[in-house]
Amino acid sequence: MWFKSKSFKGGVHPPENKAFSDNKVIEKLPLPERVVIPLAQHIGAPAEPIVSVGDEVKTGQKIGQSKGFVSVPCHASISGIVKKIEPRPHPVGGDVLAIEIEGDGNDIMSQDFDFNPDYMVQSVDEMKENILEAGIAGMGGATFPTHVKLSPPPDKTIDTLILNGAECEPFLTSDARLMIEFPKEIIEGLRILMKILNCKRGYIAIEKNKPNAISLFHKLINDSKQSDINVVGLKVKYPQGAEKQLIKAIVNRNVPAGGLPMDVGCLVQNVGTAKAVYDAISKKLPLIERVVTVTGKGIKEPKNVLARIGTPFQQVIDFCGGLTDDAAKIINGGPMMGIAQFDLEVPVIKGTSGIVILNTKQAILPQPQPCISCARCVDSCPMGLMPNYLATLVENQKFEQAKEFNIKDCIECGSCSYVCPSKIRHVHLFKFGKMHVAKMMKPAA
Amino acid sequence: MDTVIISSILSIGGMGLLFGAGLAFASKKFAIEVDPKIEEIIDNLPGANCGACGYPGCSGYAEAIAKSGAEVAIDLCTPGGAAVSAKIAEIMGISAVEAKEPQVAVVQCRGNHEKAPKRFHYHGITDCAAAELIMKGDKGCVYGCLGLGTCVESCPFGAMIMGSDGLPIVLEDKCTACGVCVAACPRGIMALIPRSQKIFLGCVSQDKAKKVKEVCSVGCIGCSLCSKPKVTPSGSIEMNGNLPKIVNPTADDLPMAVEKCPTNSFVVRK
Repeated sequence: MWFKSKSFKGGVHPPENKAFSDNKVIEKLPLPERVVIPLAQHIGAPAEPIVSVGDEVKTGQKIGQSKGFVSVPCHASISGIVKKIEPRPHPVGGDVLAIEIEGDGNDIMSQDFDFNPDYMVQSVDEMKENILEAGIAGMGGATFPTHVKLSPPPDKTIDTLILNGAECEPFLTSDARLMIEFPKEIIEGLRILMKILNCKRGYIAIEKNKPNAISLFHKLINDSKQSDINVVGLKVKYPQGAEKQLIKAIVNRNVPAGGLPMDVGCLVQNVGTAKAVYDAISKKLPLIERVVTVTGKGIKEPKNVLARIGTPFQQVIDFCGGLTDDAAKIINGGPMMGIAQFDLEVPVIKGTSGIVILNTKQAILPQPQPCISCARCVDSCPMGLMPNYLATLVENQKFEQAKEFNIKDCIECGSCSYVCPSKIRHVHLFKFGKMHVAKMMKPAA
Repeated sequence: MDTVIISSILSIGGMGLLFGAGLAFASKKFAIEVDPKIEEIIDNLPGANCGACGYPGCSGYAEAIAKSGAEVAIDLCTPGGAAVSAKIAEIMGISAVEAKEPQVAVVQCRGNHEKAPKRFHYHGITDCAAAELIMKGDKGCVYGCLGLGTCVESCPFGAMIMGSDGLPIVLEDKCTACGVCVAACPRGIMALIPRSQKIFLGCVSQDKAKKVKEVCSVGCIGCSLCSKPKVTPSGSIEMNGNLPKIVNPTADDLPMAVEKCPTNSFVVRK
């Protein structure tokens, strides 16, 4: 295996399309005039508003209180006045209760957010509290609350922490730029995470199409002689950045069906999350901005921008020169797993890693044809499922059988739909099937 | 040659006789006593296995009645109606229950393609529950009928068709009020109402008036005019949150409410 890059079985290799923006330095987006901050930007219970209409808020002030354990607070990303608290369109679907803030243009901070050089002496509980208070949720796109991931049950020990800089989605370069521009912060973030979990081994996993980032991290880690942190170059393949595939590639452990990485002593965090953790611990700075890649053939000037959470898509697009004449489809996230948008009023949220704009030619939607049993989807499935069977079972409403064929293990990466010559909409079918399986299992539990 | 034929006739015939005797013996010895009432009830049920009674098919319901000694209500079969429950009462030797008022399924949404436009192009599985998974459906109104026909597909009696305007139509003479469509609709738009009720509200939106106006021209805006004494003096309509609720389905003043409704949200059955 010495000649092979580390990877997993299955997967696909769509055109990377990263050249649009991988050399563009992260630019700060001008302060938005107004922001819309959804109270549910994470998986779990939505936050509860703790401000009311007409209140004056400052940048970094907490405006939504977390409710329950699997929930994170949210913060004002600009200073100004709370205009409305009402359901607003959300990039991941539906209308979600959101707080609209009209900015005063001054960006007054709610506190100093000074750098504290002794941040490492905090206790683990203090650190976790700070991470929760900073409102950090997984920034790779899945937005799972970070403090929950960092609190494994006492019977599970985490011996390996993997920072995910694979960024396997085509087009996206936000993590790549973050790694090149903030490598020290990311390494420190990893150190903090390792301390919290009392974990002895850390990996920074990067796909080999980002050689600059790999050599930069190698150099930094070698210079500072941090032997417990390894930089791993991964084969360029989608979905290399999915956590189960990442664990398989790096430490060759298989996360059991229905299990979590912690079941095999691993934890995966996005590099963006590590940077946010560093900010939260060293400066007590809440998560109020993130890097968003704005790219594709449908945008005039592809860029990587640092946008405040809650900035409407329209403003981000305007900053990048606006849409081209043949722009046809705007996607929140990458083209493989992202969700197409129909309203540019939707805000940038904690999980918005990119805004990909396709042109008319790229956005063609082929009609699905009957399955020809070529089994390309079986070869491509990184979870070792049989998408051809599952699709047929779901189409015929055989949800019990679909459950037996482990439909619940599908990670919805879309590799099967990508390779399917009949253009079957596997992922949609599987989402539908999973919903029914979940419904079926509910009364029994 | 003859001996071969004769010997095979004898051996095959002998084996047949032996097995036949064995089977005859076993069928007597290991016979399972089936309550003849179950068979009789099954014969009288419609046999659509629609599940309206809440039991797994007609045989499941028949067994439940017979085993419980008619403890289980005998009027749960809505497709069969009063005639079937009377038959079951006769079989079980109990007095017939009072006939339930027959019901019919209705579509509580009037927002067709024209009146309630879509907000994006949906390219996905033709199923309303699946469409609901993608940005809460393509309809502007998040309470309105998605028009992909999950209810039509679900109907075990072929009593529903999809209209050309994107709203399903209930064929009332075929509808047995089994309620399968009510359970199938992910948005709770299908409902069962008494057949005698001629007027019902064609809207389930919980949105506020402004939002309803934005997404649908016939959606109920919750103005509560229809519940006012000047329109319905008998109090046949009460406000239930944002929507009016018909409390007396046969009141004489309901047509007045239909006439006064500013958004034309009521539906009058033929």
